[in-house]
Amino acid sequence: MDVLNLAHGSFYMLGAYAAFAVVSKTGNFWLALLLGPLSVGLIGGLMELLLFRRLYQRGHLAQVLLSFGFTLVFVDLVRSGFGPRTYGIAPPPGLGGAFHVAGASFTKYDVFILGVSVLVALVLLVAWRLLKVGAVLRAGVSDKEMVGLLGIDLGLVFTLTFAFGAALAGLGGVVAAPFVAIYPAMDDNVLILALVVVVLGGLGSIEGALAGSLLIGLAFSFGTFYLQEFSIAIVFALMAAVLVLRPRGLFGIRQ
Amino acid sequence: MPAVLLAVLISLPFWTPSRYWVSVAIQALILAVFAMSLDLLLGFGGMPSFGHAAFYGMGAYACGKLFPQLTGAGLLAFLVAGMAAGVIAALPIGALAVRARGIYFLMLTLAFAQMVWGLAFQWTSFTGGTEGMSGIPQAVPDWLQEQGQNLWPALRTAGPFYVVALTVAVLAFAGLTAITRSPFGRALEGIRENEGRMRALGYPTYRYRLAAFVIAAAFAGLAGATTALYNGYANPSQLYWHTSGLVLIAVIVGGTRSLLGAVLGAFFVTIVQLVISSYTEHWQLLLGAVFIAVVLFLPGGFISLGRLGWLKR
Repeated sequence: MDVLNLAHGSFYMLGAYAAFAVVSKTGNFWLALLLGPLSVGLIGGLMELLLFRRLYQRGHLAQVLLSFGFTLVFVDLVRSGFGPRTYGIAPPPGLGGAFHVAGASFTKYDVFILGVSVLVALVLLVAWRLLKVGAVLRAGVSDKEMVGLLGIDLGLVFTLTFAFGAALAGLGGVVAAPFVAIYPAMDDNVLILALVVVVLGGLGSIEGALAGSLLIGLAFSFGTFYLQEFSIAIVFALMAAVLVLRPRGLFGIRQ
Repeated sequence: MPAVLLAVLISLPFWTPSRYWVSVAIQALILAVFAMSLDLLLGFGGMPSFGHAAFYGMGAYACGKLFPQLTGAGLLAFLVAGMAAGVIAALPIGALAVRARGIYFLMLTLAFAQMVWGLAFQWTSFTGGTEGMSGIPQAVPDWLQEQGQNLWPALRTAGPFYVVALTVAVLAFAGLTAITRSPFGRALEGIRENEGRMRALGYPTYRYRLAAFVIAAAFAGLAGATTALYNGYANPSQLYWHTSGLVLIAVIVGGTRSLLGAVLGAFFVTIVQLVISSYTEHWQLLLGAVFIAVVLFLPGGFISLGRLGWLKR
C-alpha cells in the first residue's frame, strides 16, 4: 500500500509479548495465536486511522519519521509493562521435541513454522493476485482518485490493509515467540531484515518478498557458515547492489 | 539567537555547578556538529539519509585505528583523520547513493551504513568486533590542559575538553554557514527544489549532490573523531542505524534547513537522553512522543516556533 512503516518490527515484538502474556496467564498457545494478531492488528488499524492517514500526502519521509518515533515509544511501553528482562515460552504441547527423517533431525516446531509460513504466503498470494481486495489495493496505490470515483471507500481499505499487515507481523511474533528470546529490543533485527527482504524482492510485490526472504535466509546462513566475519556485510551489500542496479527489486513492477 | 547561545556556552564552565553538566554539554556539542552535517544533506540538499552514522563511526574508528601513530601529532591530526575517513567512505557510497532519490536514497544509505556496521561488528581482527577499540587519548594540547586546570580545577579534564568541543562546534557552525550561504549552497537548495530546472540552467546536479554528500560526511567524521577522543573508544554502536535515527530526530525536532535548528535539536535530544534518563528510565517514550508530535504538528521543528514569534508576517 506504498507506506513505509518502521514500526513494523514493533508489531512483531508486540506479537511476541502478547504470546508471552497469554501463555503465561492461560497456558494456551493456540489462544495466543488468535489473540496476538488480533490485538496487534487493532493497534495497527488505530494507528492508520488516527495518524498515518494524515501523512499520505506528505510522502515517504514523513511516514518513516512518524513510524520511527513509534518504535521508540513501543520499546519503552513494552519495557515499562514487562520490565527489561528476557523471556521465553515453551512450544505448545504436541509440538515440542524432534523427529528424524533420513538421518537428519527436525524439531516439530520448525515444521509447524514452515507450515504457517507457507499457509500465510498462499493466502497473501491468492488475495493479492486473485481476489478483489488485491486488485483494489493495487489500483488504489497507483491512482487513488480514480478508485475513489468508482465508489470504493479507499480509506477503509487502507485502514484494513494496514491492520492486516500489522496482524501478520503480530502473527510472526507469536509464531516466533517459542524459539526466540523475547526482550524489548527484539524488533531491531527483524525490522532491518524485513526491509532488506522487501527491497530485494521489490517494493509492492508479494512474490518478491517471498523470493527475497529465501535469498536473504540462504545468503545469511551460508555467509555465517563460510565467511563468518562478513555475513552481515554481505546481506547489506546485496541490498545495496539491488538498489543500485535494479531499484525496483528482483520482482518489482513499478518504480 | 546564535550570539546568546554562544555567550551561554562560552560562560558555561564558569557558572556550572558540576562536571556532569559540562560533560552533558560536551556530548550535546558533538551531537550538534553531527546534526548540522546531516542538516546540510537533509535540509539544504533534500537528501534524507538514514545511514549518516556510517561516517560518524568511520571518524571514530579512524581515531581508534590510528591513535598509536597520531598521538605525537596532536589534536588537529585526529580531527583531520576523522574528516578524511568520512570523505574516503563517502566518495564511493555517495557516488552510488546520490543517483537515487527519496525513499530509495534513504534505503541505500541505510544499506551502506549497515554494511559498514556489519564489518565493524564482525570483522574482529581488523575492527575489534563488539568491543571496538579503546584507549584513544583525549589529545588536548598541554597548554590548554594547564590553563583549564587552573581556571576550573573542579572540572578536571572535562574543562579543557569542553574548550575543544566548543571550538570544534563553533568552527563547524561557521564553516557550514559559509557553505550554505555560498553560491554552492544556493545551487544545492535550487537542486532540492527543482533539479530539472537547475540542470537546464547548466548546473552539474549530480556533482553538486555528491559534493554535498561528501562535505556532510566530512563533518560527521569530525563529530565522530571528537566523540572518540572524548570517550576514549570507538565501537559498533556508533555506526548502528539507531545512531543515524537519533541524529535524524535531532535535526527534525530542531528544524531542518536551519543549522541553528539542528543545534537546538541536538541539545534537546542530549538532554532527554542523558538528563531525563536519570529521573525516569522512559526517556525513549518521551523522545518518541515529542518526535511524533513534531512530525505531525510542527514540520518546521522547534526553530519554526521562534520564527513565528519574531517575524510575525
